[in-house]
Order: sequence, then C-alpha cells, then structure tokens
Amino acid sequence: MKKLEVDKILEKNGWKKNKIVGILQDIQDVYYYLPEDVLIYISEKLNIPLSQIYSISTFYKAFSLKPKGKYRIKICLGTACHVRGGYIISEFLKNKLKILPGETTKDELFSFETVNCLGACAIGPIVVINEKYYGQMDVEKTEKLINKLK
Amino acid sequence: MKKINDIEELKKLREKLIKGKNKEGIVISVCMETGCIASGSYEIYKELLKEVKRLKDKKVKVLKTGCHGFSEVDPAIVIYPEKIFYIKVKVDDIDEIIEKTIQKREIIERLTYKDETTGEIIPYLDQIPFYKKQKKLVLSLNGLIDPEDINDYILYGGYSALSKVLFEMEPEEIIEEIKKSGLRGRGGGGFPTGKKWEYCRKAEGEPKYVICNADEGDPGAFMDRSVIEGNPHSVIEGMIIGAYAIGANDGFVYIRHEYPLALKRLSFAIQQAREYGFLGEDILGSGFSFDIDIVRGGGAFVCGESTALMASIEGKVGEPRAKYIHTVEKGLYEKPTCLNNVETWANVPFIINNGWEKFAEIGTDTSKGTKIFSLVGKVKNTGLVEVPMGITLKEIIFDIGGGIKGNKKFKGVQTGGPSGGVIPEKYLDLPVDFDKLNEVGSMMGSGGMIVMDEDTCMVDVARYFLNFLKEESCGKCVPCREGINQMLSILNRITEGKGKIEDIEILKEISDFMQKASLCALGKTAPNPVLTTIEYFYDEYVAHIEKKKCYSGVCKDLIEYFIDPEKCTGCQLCAKNCPVSAIEGERKKVHKIDIEKCIKCGICFNVCKFNAVERK
Repeated sequence: MKKLEVDKILEKNGWKKNKIVGILQDIQDVYYYLPEDVLIYISEKLNIPLSQIYSISTFYKAFSLKPKGKYRIKICLGTACHVRGGYIISEFLKNKLKILPGETTKDELFSFETVNCLGACAIGPIVVINEKYYGQMDVEKTEKLINKLK
Repeated sequence: MKKINDIEELKKLREKLIKGKNKEGIVISVCMETGCIASGSYEIYKELLKEVKRLKDKKVKVLKTGCHGFSEVDPAIVIYPEKIFYIKVKVDDIDEIIEKTIQKREIIERLTYKDETTGEIIPYLDQIPFYKKQKKLVLSLNGLIDPEDINDYILYGGYSALSKVLFEMEPEEIIEEIKKSGLRGRGGGGFPTGKKWEYCRKAEGEPKYVICNADEGDPGAFMDRSVIEGNPHSVIEGMIIGAYAIGANDGFVYIRHEYPLALKRLSFAIQQAREYGFLGEDILGSGFSFDIDIVRGGGAFVCGESTALMASIEGKVGEPRAKYIHTVEKGLYEKPTCLNNVETWANVPFIINNGWEKFAEIGTDTSKGTKIFSLVGKVKNTGLVEVPMGITLKEIIFDIGGGIKGNKKFKGVQTGGPSGGVIPEKYLDLPVDFDKLNEVGSMMGSGGMIVMDEDTCMVDVARYFLNFLKEESCGKCVPCREGINQMLSILNRITEGKGKIEDIEILKEISDFMQKASLCALGKTAPNPVLTTIEYFYDEYVAHIEKKKCYSGVCKDLIEYFIDPEKCTGCQLCAKNCPVSAIEGERKKVHKIDIEKCIKCGICFNVCKFNAVERK
C-alpha cells in the first residue's frame, strides 16, 4: 500500500466519514479492488469501525475485495442484452476462462464479472474490456477478442 | 472563463456567441456518447477534424455532440444546415464526404438512410420515419451543442430561465408555474413535481437540499445517461431553479458509477457553471447561493429508491426506510429534501422559458409534456426517442421503431424495468401515459421499452427479473428478501421442466403478500413482471409445466439441439464455430452433437447453411 496515494484520496474527500463510499470508489479506481491493508488504514484514520467499512464494501456491487486481472471483462446482463443473448456470452466465458463471474484466472490475466446494465442497450449485447465498450457482440466475436489478448 | 456578474453581462455574452454562430457555414456533427463511441464514432470524429483542418476553410466546423437517438445506424453524422444524415459511416468514407458533400454540396446516396419497404432514399434527418413522430423538448439540443462547452448551451438560450426566475419571479410563482404545467416525476412514480416542491418549501427545518437522481438502474434504460451526456447544463439549470424555488443552497447529483462518460461530462459542466458564476455564491448578483456536489453510486439498484439513495449519500449502506414521514420533510440528514430525476429537472428550463401553457398543451389529461424512451430489444430501429405523452405503443414500436427485427412476430413490450410488466399485443393501441400503463399492470418507470418477439420466452423474462431483484434486494425487510427468493425458486423449477400447475397460484399468493407488506417500492413492485406474464401469457406457463416445452427455444433444460443426418453435408462449419467443441464429425460425414458438452448457445443452429441443425 502506498500511504501517500491513499492520503491523497482522503484529502480529496476532506477526511470526512460520510464520504466513505466515494473514498472507496477512488481507492478502487486506483487498485481495481479494495486491498485489505488499505481498508484497515482508512478505518484507523477516519475512525470508522472496520466492520462498517466491510459492510459497505460488500453491500455495493461496484466494490471487489478480490484483486482483478490484467483484463477486466464485463458482460452486460441488462434486459436488452439478455433478450439478445448476453447470457450466452457469459456462459461461454465461464467455460472458456474456467472461472465464475467475480473471479480472476490463475495467471491473473483475466477477471470477469456480469453487470446489470451499462446503458448502451441499443447496441447490445455489450462486452466491456477494461474501459473499452464492444457492441453487438456474440460468442464468436468474444472468443476472437479473448484470443487476441492471450 | 470570466465570471458573469449580472444579467446584462449574460445577454452580452449570448449576443456575441450568436454573432459568431451566424458566421458559421457548414457544421458536421458527430455523436459522441457511450453507445456511439462503442460503434466507432471517436475514430470518425478524429479523422474529420484532421481532414477539415486540411481544408483551411473557417466556415466548416466539426462538432462533437450528444446522441441523435438513432443508435441502430451508428456511427452517424449530421451535416448542417441542411441536416444531411449519413449512417454507418466508416473512416474510409470521410475523404469522399469532404470532397463531395462538404465542397460540392452533393449527396452521397450510399451513405443515406433507405426506407426498408419502399427502398426510397431519405437524405435528410427530419424526413426519416424514426424522427417524424418524435417531439423533442428535453433532447432538443442534443446534436446541436457540444456538451463540454457551456457557451453552446448559452448560445441557444441556456441559463435564460435561471436569470428569469432570479430577477422576475418569486419562489411561489415558480412553484405555481410548475404545478400548472402538470409536470410529473420522470423517474417512474409520476408524482406531481410542483406539489413536491411546494411541500418541501413549506417543510420546517434548515438547511434544505435538492437532489438529482441519476442512478438510472432499470436495465434497458439509458435516457438519463443520454440527457447528461448530451446536455448536462439543462439538468444543472433545472436544479438551480428548483433550489431557488424551494429555498435550498446545497444540491447533490447521485450518479451511477457505470456511467463514466456521463460522470465526466457532468463534472466538467458543473466546473464551467461555477466559473461563469451560475453556481456558487451570489449567482448573477441576485444574492442567491447554490452549489452542487456529485456523489457516485456503488452499483446497487435499490439506491434508486429515494430513502436508500439519501442513506448512500450519507455514507451508509443503501437501505431504504419506511416512509411514514416523507423525504420532503425529513430526507437527507433528516432535513427537508427534494429529489427529482434527471429528466424531470431537465424539463424545468423549458417550462420557465416558454410558460406552463406551452408544456401543458402536449400530452394527455393526466400526463403532460413528452417522455423519453429507450427503444431496445428485438426492434428494428433501436435508439432513444422522445415522444409526446399519449402516443400509442404501436406508433412507438412500429412507426418509429420500424417493427420487429428479422420480420419475426411481435410478442410483447416490457416497460418500467423490474418494477414494470410485459404488455401484450392486444394493448398495442394503448396511449402511453402514467395512468394507462398502470391500468394494464405495468408502469412508466424511467422509460425503458424492451420489445420482445416470438423468440422471447415469457417465463424466462419473469425469471430474469426475479433473478435480477434477488441480487438487488437489500434484505432489510422479510417480504421482499424471502418473497423474491421463493418466487425465483418456483420459476427456476418451471423453466427446468419441474413445475407443477399449483405453482402458478402460489406465485400469485406470494405476489399479493409482497405488494402489501414490503418496505419499499422495490419489493412492492417486484411481482409485476410475474403477474403480467401469468395474466397475458398463461399458455406459456402451462406449456412449460404440463408439456415440458419452451416453444421460444430459450429455456435450456427444455430444448435440445441435434443434427439431422439426412440434411448434414459434413461441411464442418458448425464444428468450427462451436465454442465448446461439442460437435464431432469428419469432413463430408454426418456430424453429431455431444449433449453432455453442449451449452445450448444455438450458434450451430444459426450458422448451418443447410438447416441441418434442429431445435426440439
């Protein structure tokens, strides 16, 4: 953990207890997950019980307590993507990467999660890899994309 | 940017901007919102900038804008002043566009929209059927302004409603104006906005807060994202006016973290509004002060509920509370709080600028103005549409949406997200407004409209929404937490072919209990997708339970793929495409699907050129 980096985030949020959700968001933007030592540090600095921070980190779906892979894949399972077969892509990825949503491959190359809706419904099904959106996806296109990254 | 100190300076700035605008000749507008960027519009924009620079013609300008709405044909560009509309543009097309359309004013036919039935070429945006029946109030500037430039908004009259209320209207007059306009909450509930403001103004307690709910969680809905990505200042201006009317000095926008671009544009817009002095101390020298903070959501659907959202802003777990005391009296930090949705706030400047009469003349008796819908699913023209209230579902889906993709048969349309229901064919002539949708068991919701065809299984749709809600129920109250779980396990059983006919009655019974006993709207409305599908698509439930069949071919346990040996030519196309290598067979010999390995994705079914793969 880089204390300076975390301090900067706390500073940006005015060291305020009620900004804890925003603080965790900022932490996750840096590490892509919430490292345990960082949470302990924040708990001490802001005088918030660790249990409360744990409760918030597990309540909100945006947070992950597990490290993510180099390529973070999101499959949209919003209604529009669902009726166009988004769930088939998710099934396929489970098979292909041999992990469940929320997990990371052993080589730490890929992590994959399903999300409720990314709001790009008109061009569904949507796959997002790191921050790039891919529209009108199917299993074939997803496989090509993954193979290219390997 | 220099601070604008009074109304005169604002007027002068606008005049200067209009003068500059009049000197412009051709504007090429490129849609740059999340969906369009995913379709490749950023590359088009970069290339256009490069090529136009080479022209060295000051009268040609490239503009990045919010969404023009017609997502199906993205990336699309609009060339002003004629509004020439080019669809599915590729980087390779740009040289030709510059040479022919920009320099010689010629239309390139192959890039225009063609009417599918008549084959007619329609080069101009306004003449395309997708746009003809729309009425744009909130989205009127999408496509005309750069959302990252406050001057563009001011040029088209932006912040004039704010200066009008600050110097010409009393807070009570503003509230009266909004009440008379008949504006109702666009987040789905449809509560009269003016009344909400009035209650909040009259509520005791200081300070007061205004909140913009941009936690657009309904899957299949992206209206609010498009408003923020296309015209963020309209929301900000609406909020400042609301705050002035209510007597609040602090505002919050609670925005989904899944919308990074909207977040960026909103932050940018707030920053610019501050620099110009529309936010901050002593706005335009009126003595009124107000500022906005952005709070990012954490990906919890329940946080779209007002009390859960406020808990989340306070840095707590986003659980709702019972609303014996309304949030207009005790909301954020136990203080009077007025919460409205993005689209509601964005309607406010129009009403103030044009008067309540102009707004109230659009719509039905009980629902005034326009509503934005995201038209998605199995419809030909997917995209974002803004229509007058009272338009029929048929007009939206068939006239604007162009009907069903692949000439399949229409089955139903889902509105209102997980709180809404599926509306069947017999109600296609239903005029769309808050009350009419409620009457048929669905609801307006925030405006997602997901069109479903014969290949959509309605039992699966009900199961899908309950599965969604199972993940999203906060678990605080028992009816919602346990009710959803029980209903889901029954629906899972039915889709696996293990259902009993009594299950349908049990589903109805649990639904009734949840509607009466749940703490917040999430639980109270969770049964809607189940109840509407049971009511309108009863036969499908019976087919799953008694015949063990899913005629739409969706429920995996009830379907099987196999290869017809008579038709298979052994071309190996299916085997090559199978993602899990479940198809075996040598070249020119009959292939076979290994049922154990098959994930029933249907790729073989779709790729086979000889119709040899069958689904049973």
